[in-house]
Amino acid sequence: MHDLIATTALGAAAPCVDHHGPISLTEEPGFALASIAARRGGERTTILAIRRMIGPTAPKAGHWAGARIIAFWTGPDQWMLEAPYDSEEFLFERAIKEVKGKASITEQTGAWCRFDLRGTNLAAVMERLCPINMATFTTGSATRSSIHHLGCFVLCRNADHISILGPRSSAASLHHGLLTAIRAAF
Amino acid sequence: MIINHPLLGPRDSAEFTYMGDASLIDRPDWKNPQALTQFIDYGYMRDNPAGAHCELWYHEQGDRSFLVVTRDTTTHEIFSVELARDVARSRGRST
Repeated sequence: MHDLIATTALGAAAPCVDHHGPISLTEEPGFALASIAARRGGERTTILAIRRMIGPTAPKAGHWAGARIIAFWTGPDQWMLEAPYDSEEFLFERAIKEVKGKASITEQTGAWCRFDLRGTNLAAVMERLCPINMATFTTGSATRSSIHHLGCFVLCRNADHISILGPRSSAASLHHGLLTAIRAAF
Repeated sequence: MIINHPLLGPRDSAEFTYMGDASLIDRPDWKNPQALTQFIDYGYMRDNPAGAHCELWYHEQGDRSFLVVTRDTTTHEIFSVELARDVARSRGRST
């Protein structure tokens, strides 16, 4: 057995936490991800499989849904699943069983880093980062946008909590971009 | 220029990448006896209209959809935006 030391996307043993003004920015390493892309003719089976995993109906364009396991819409007939890593390390295997060959599943856990913004008036930060229309980006919204030249998924968990998923290999660049916007806003 | 994405609503054109003439959807059948001539036309021949033009736009900084955007090349007015897969399927592709 290899004796490997787990590090977060920013390369430390513990997740990075930053505070500035009313905003906190936290690195969130503890999540498993898997993408689901319905194969042609398998759209209905895929939507039902997602509902079995997350509870509510598979989210429509621009939204996320679920509780412990959530799904967010990533494109036509495509979603990403996200769940706590501790209990769902093998999320993708579960998804493979559920979709019965009607969708393609890709393990995505190691591909992304997640940063969570918490605090009041997050729109002031977000409007410096990306072209998302924050007036309509409310609880349940999820979309992909370009932040600091990186394609990122942005989820509005609630009015005071936004998650940003960016490419893990550019975690430090994204972290710098987020901090810069927070300091510019407050 | 704002492109009104059929699923995600109006988005700035900076989120998109231009991917060429929408005639690229009509890829010839390689088994056709005339395939060589058809592929030369497909690969090289383009209309260059001053007016309405059907174009492929890729939502690279969004949901990665390919869109067919019908745009006036002289005014940049956009007449319609459709998902490219819907356009392709309406022409009998990938049904």
